[in-house]
Amino acid sequence: MGAVLGPLQLRLAPPDYEVTLVHGMPVVRLPSERLLDTVRLLKDEFQFDLFLDVTAVDWLPRQPRFEVVYHFYSTSHFGRIRLKTTVPDADPTVDSLVPLYGSAGFMERECHDMYGIGFRGNADLRPILLYEGFVGHPLRKDYPKLQEQPLVPYRK
Amino acid sequence: MDTKLPEFTLPNPVRPAFDTTGHDDHVIVNIGPSHPATHGTVQIIAELDGERVVRTDIHCGYLHRGFEKECESHTWHNLIPYVDRLNYVSALINDFAYCEAVETLAEIEITPRCRHLRTLLSEYSRIVDHLTCVAAGLMELGAMTAFLYLVMIRDYMYEHIADLTGARVTYTYGRIGGLARDLPEGWLARLEGILDQYEMFIGRVHGLMDRNRIFIDRMRNVGVISTADAISYGYTGVILRSTGVPRDLRRDTPYLAYAELDFEVPVGIKGDNYDRYYIRMREMDESVHMIRQLIDTLPAGPISVDNHRFTLPEKHLVYTEIESLINHFKLVMDGPQVPAGDAYAAHESPNGELGFYIVSTGGGIPAKVHVRAPSFVHMGGVHRMLDGYQLADIVPTFGSINMIGGECDR
Repeated sequence: MGAVLGPLQLRLAPPDYEVTLVHGMPVVRLPSERLLDTVRLLKDEFQFDLFLDVTAVDWLPRQPRFEVVYHFYSTSHFGRIRLKTTVPDADPTVDSLVPLYGSAGFMERECHDMYGIGFRGNADLRPILLYEGFVGHPLRKDYPKLQEQPLVPYRK
Repeated sequence: MDTKLPEFTLPNPVRPAFDTTGHDDHVIVNIGPSHPATHGTVQIIAELDGERVVRTDIHCGYLHRGFEKECESHTWHNLIPYVDRLNYVSALINDFAYCEAVETLAEIEITPRCRHLRTLLSEYSRIVDHLTCVAAGLMELGAMTAFLYLVMIRDYMYEHIADLTGARVTYTYGRIGGLARDLPEGWLARLEGILDQYEMFIGRVHGLMDRNRIFIDRMRNVGVISTADAISYGYTGVILRSTGVPRDLRRDTPYLAYAELDFEVPVGIKGDNYDRYYIRMREMDESVHMIRQLIDTLPAGPISVDNHRFTLPEKHLVYTEIESLINHFKLVMDGPQVPAGDAYAAHESPNGELGFYIVSTGGGIPAKVHVRAPSFVHMGGVHRMLDGYQLADIVPTFGSINMIGGECDR
């Protein structure tokens, strides 16, 4: 799995990038404005053709608050890679990967639902696991687990 | 009698992607979320031109129950019953994938017997899952006999797994660093008996279905997806293999004991419903072949690692000595202390790549547990397999995707 690590470290050099191996998986930390270019490079030069997953981690009260985490897989050399970028509380927005992968559409919708991360370029960020009119983003650490949002008023 | 209507309006929980048709003759039809022919609780909003589907908008989330939020307030061990309820047809695979993610983070090496047993039970679960999917798909097309043959075998398997785990569907059998308990007496002998019965009945289903004119007309060249589309939409597992690509995590990045096993990766030729049916049938045969190899090579020894920071002590010791009692108490109340960091573990579930991404801040409770659920990702590209076909084709196509609401909606 770590076979792509050497070429990756050569191609993605500091100070913008930080490439490490964590539990056997290459991890790239990068600034959010380099995301789309980097993913395109990974897809074209490193054959990471399967976009597996996008999610976020809420590091409240640490700043920048959100870490957006991407996982990719290659169907030709079977390598995996994790991309991490951080976005601040005030403007939690990253570029959408919809131009590169069809699977980005749904997965970004889920991440938007759960964490309120905006994806620039994804025109369809309607609620997907939640419903229309849901207030807030439930996987944020400041969303109380027991909060209720009844759609129908409780019987007196 | 005076009947008073309630004084509130219930808002529409979904916003359809389109509410006007592109053509005067077209109509918009709402299918689901609770429809006998949708294989799970899912809503399809479709624009129809006569009987032909022009475009579709899929809405999932009706089974959303806040799994990931709930995970952030329980200890690592307490999550095992929850992960069982993701893909509830093959719960053991969820257990093992989750345990492997935690073991990766805690750098625990499981014992050889545990590795073999997990592999065996994963393959057993795969048979159960494929049997369910194929049986339900056939029943929806009216093949009642084949359905009954398949669910009969499935029920033998459920009962048999219940002998081992104590439950029919949601087993809670995995443990971080091992398994809940070892095999009971005679379990493997009964397993071989069930596999023989499986072969007899699966032969009958092949005879009933494979060259059945009605079945072929409904399945062949229906719900076709190309390899390029499948990869772009993140498809893995049976659907990706049905397009002719032999991509299988068990072969490509072997985990558990798969590197030691001899098996084939069946692939399709067209990426249609018939290919997906046939791949599932062939994969079950491969799983049987793997289980037989695993029975022959099952190593002796302990099923759990000897690591008191993670493994629960034996129950009789908890009752008789103070160290084990304290050990048990600390593991149950505080949870196993998983080092800070993050890890991703992926297993080849019957539907595709099932991944667990976990984040720990170094305590007994996870900071985050995220599931890369194959069903959810597959829903993102399902319009590619529905658009352009007949309305009635939605039933077999959706059945062959095997969307499981539990893992899709979490």
